[in-house]
Amino acid sequence: MQFGPLYVSDTEGYDVEKRPGIFSGKIGVAFLAPALVFVAIFLILPFFWIFYLSFTNRTLTGITAAHPEFVGLANYERLFDTDRWMRLGEFGNALWITARFVLGSAILGQAVVGLTIAWFFYRRKGFLRELVFTTAVLAWIIPEVVVAFAWSAFLDVDRGTLNTILAALGLGKPDWLFDHPLLSIIIFNTWRGSAFSILLFSSALETIPPSYVETADVVGASGWRKFRDIFFPLMRGHILTDLILITLWTFNVFTPFLLTGGGPRFKTELVSIYTYRTAFKFFEFGKGSAIAVVMMLINLTLAMGYLIMLRRQKVAS
Amino acid sequence: MAKILLEHVTKRFGELIAVNDVTLEVHDGEFVALLGPSGCGKTTTLRLIAGLEVPNAGRIQIGEREVTHLPPRERDVAMVFQDYALYPHMTLLDNIGYPLKVRGVGRREMVGRVTEVAQKLQIGDLLQRRPAQVSGGQQQRASVARALVHQAQVFLFDEPLSNLDAKLRLEARAFLKHLQREVGVTAVYVTHDQAEAMALADRIVVMNYGKIMQIGDPLQVYSRPANTFVASFMGNPPMNLLPCRVDLAAGKIIFDDDYMLDIAAHRERWSAAISNGPQFTLGIRPEHISISPTQLPGTIPSQVYAVQPLGGEWLVVTQVGRELVSVRLFQDEAPPLAETVWLRFDLARTFLYGSDGELLQ
Amino acid sequence: MREYESHLSKAFIIVFSLVCVAFFSVPLLWLLTAPFTPKTTLAVEIPANPTLENFRRVFDNSFAIRALFRNNLIIAGGAMLMVSTVATLASYGLSRTRLPGKNTLVYVLMLFSSVVGGTAAMVPLFLLAHNLHLIDTHLGVILVLTGGLLPAAIFMMRDFVESIPRSYEEAAIVYGASPLRIFCDIAFPLIRPGVAVVAIWTFVNAWGAFLIPVVMLRNPKNMPASVALYSFYSEAGTPIHTLVAAYAFLYGIPVLVLYLLVNWRFGFRFFGGIKS
Repeated sequence: MQFGPLYVSDTEGYDVEKRPGIFSGKIGVAFLAPALVFVAIFLILPFFWIFYLSFTNRTLTGITAAHPEFVGLANYERLFDTDRWMRLGEFGNALWITARFVLGSAILGQAVVGLTIAWFFYRRKGFLRELVFTTAVLAWIIPEVVVAFAWSAFLDVDRGTLNTILAALGLGKPDWLFDHPLLSIIIFNTWRGSAFSILLFSSALETIPPSYVETADVVGASGWRKFRDIFFPLMRGHILTDLILITLWTFNVFTPFLLTGGGPRFKTELVSIYTYRTAFKFFEFGKGSAIAVVMMLINLTLAMGYLIMLRRQKVAS
Repeated sequence: MAKILLEHVTKRFGELIAVNDVTLEVHDGEFVALLGPSGCGKTTTLRLIAGLEVPNAGRIQIGEREVTHLPPRERDVAMVFQDYALYPHMTLLDNIGYPLKVRGVGRREMVGRVTEVAQKLQIGDLLQRRPAQVSGGQQQRASVARALVHQAQVFLFDEPLSNLDAKLRLEARAFLKHLQREVGVTAVYVTHDQAEAMALADRIVVMNYGKIMQIGDPLQVYSRPANTFVASFMGNPPMNLLPCRVDLAAGKIIFDDDYMLDIAAHRERWSAAISNGPQFTLGIRPEHISISPTQLPGTIPSQVYAVQPLGGEWLVVTQVGRELVSVRLFQDEAPPLAETVWLRFDLARTFLYGSDGELLQ
Repeated sequence: MREYESHLSKAFIIVFSLVCVAFFSVPLLWLLTAPFTPKTTLAVEIPANPTLENFRRVFDNSFAIRALFRNNLIIAGGAMLMVSTVATLASYGLSRTRLPGKNTLVYVLMLFSSVVGGTAAMVPLFLLAHNLHLIDTHLGVILVLTGGLLPAAIFMMRDFVESIPRSYEEAAIVYGASPLRIFCDIAFPLIRPGVAVVAIWTFVNAWGAFLIPVVMLRNPKNMPASVALYSFYSEAGTPIHTLVAAYAFLYGIPVLVLYLLVNWRFGFRFFGGIKS
């Protein structure tokens, strides 16, 4: 999935569940049935299938395609083979790159950029805000292959826009994709995904009653103080929701592949790219599934962690 | 038309008991108001009659049919909602005609019947407009018109006037009362506004915490509140309720230790119901207390705490010991603040409530 | 002094805004100039003699044109129909039925789809399509995309549905309307804006999809534009930048138009505000 919903609402504060239904359960199920079928076939079933496949030596073609064998933990042993797993092009390397990528582009990148811009334009209307939001949203929704091409032109050593600007400022002409590949895709992904956080935080800020801010203005609180004492505590839930979603999306994002192909020398090989390479370049479905299982477990752990924090903060407030 | 009968009806939402063992009969053609504060169960009671909720216990009957578990459409009821529930994407014509459309009545006949009803309610020339294009009062009429078109045996009103401003509300009251008489339909009307209930209803059902506190005609409920809840809910300002003890032998009511009222003359009236004891509540309406600038026999001293002009009369709040006592004063001038005045209670119009809050005598 | 400060802060606002605009827009500028430049270049330069020659050459590539105007429309349109229909029904059913824990359910499903719907589930989705004989069919791509987008779509749609006052439907129930009738006469007309937003959101998502079509499709004739973009390569295997840019330009235009449409009709935001 390339970008997330335009709409995120926290689940708290709803008492919908307590209201009686307009319909009986039977009619409700009829309305829900098509969605349930889709979810069952395309989400739940693959989820369990991955687990099953990860214990087999299933491949695309050949005898193990028709009659895969149960190989126990062999696929996992190959992934976590401590002699080589941190080498370039191996699983540990991909995990380590992904961790830095998520931390850099989701948490330090998108969330911070999003919060800064949303906070800056809080209760400011007008052309400049429209322009900033529009450009950010376009960066977010334009097809990924298109932005990948645009960025490879942008980052080109000799004639790319970035280096033209840097050279004009006397800052030299680094070869971004070759010398700083991870930094490049971190900046790229921050650029690509910030719109979601900007929109989410802007909406969250709008739910804060103006009287709270005005009270602080009357007593003469500074901008930073207002942020720390009023906005941040009230937005903690939204910040966590934002972090859950962008972390998961960034962990699974495939777009950097279109920019770097995972290179040079596997330096930008994210786990998603590693999975793709294993499963669809070498057609080792069993091993690919084992990677996917580990990925999903990490994702679920992260999601659980955030959810527990969300719950704790809800209880606290 | 039809009577409505609720027998021992209980409705729970999880832990909350919204309607608690309610038994009520609404006579054929009667206009009954369910009155109470928010959360008292009045709206739930109405929705139980409509069939929008199903009771956990008890039975409901409309006419001679038991309807406890029937869906709304088989109950032959019409309902007017607080927010009118007019569909914003339909014209008033389609809104009012919707019950007929659902029933499969042809378009031509539908238009004819809607026009007839709408003209009676003076919204005949607005039928091509959408709800957002007409005033609140007109929306309210349209939602009544939709109920009329449905030609049901029972009319249910869920606070239909609470979204109107004060002036329109008075107009709408008169209109609704007139209409109900004319159509002669059985009506149940939910409101939290006691003045509205008094003005409209043949009988008022006062509810609190899911229970019926009192049923009676409006004057009865106002002049003889059956318990302290009804006493404090009916009337504006409400009845003064003063904790007191009674010394029957001495013929005195004592409150706040120092203040005594001589009830020797009324001993007969009260003696049957009460025994000597500490826990009673004395109720008296503000209009049944008079103020004297000097001490007279049978008066008690108090300080003027606040004075509110009401136009032609005053509401004087006085302090008696630790209690505040409201007095309605029908004269040109009010006493100044903090002045000591003497209060005379019209003892014939006082009520005494027991420790359970129920009216004694 | 005060005036001076407010000038300063006004200048700061403008500078900050321009920095933001530059950050988000400069990387894309090349897409605006290169398609109209005669000779292939990676630099952003306003062409001295702008040309439409690149577009003409793009239209000569029947494979790429078929990808853009047929395959992409089928995939994005199909996913749009599927997701908006199924999500509308589901969010309505969900909203109007008493079902304990349903908020949590939707939230968890959405997180779940973020985890499974991403790259992790490529293998089982491929095998699933294989077993259902959906490999190399647009239907297969549409179904898989629908499965992945559905939870988020339901999540978005729910608030449009929740914003309809219950009394609307209760009135209809009292007057005897059936659930299907209520949905068609009352609920659907009122949530149309939500349906439109979800439909456009799905269309844009499916329009840009790359990985799933690559995994699921075999025959080049079935590939969408995201794959066809890689057909503008010289025989030496390097991209012909002007043609790539021209094609990318055409490919990106619908997204831009739909964004402007949503922004104009509904205001592009988090629709319906968020609860705190």
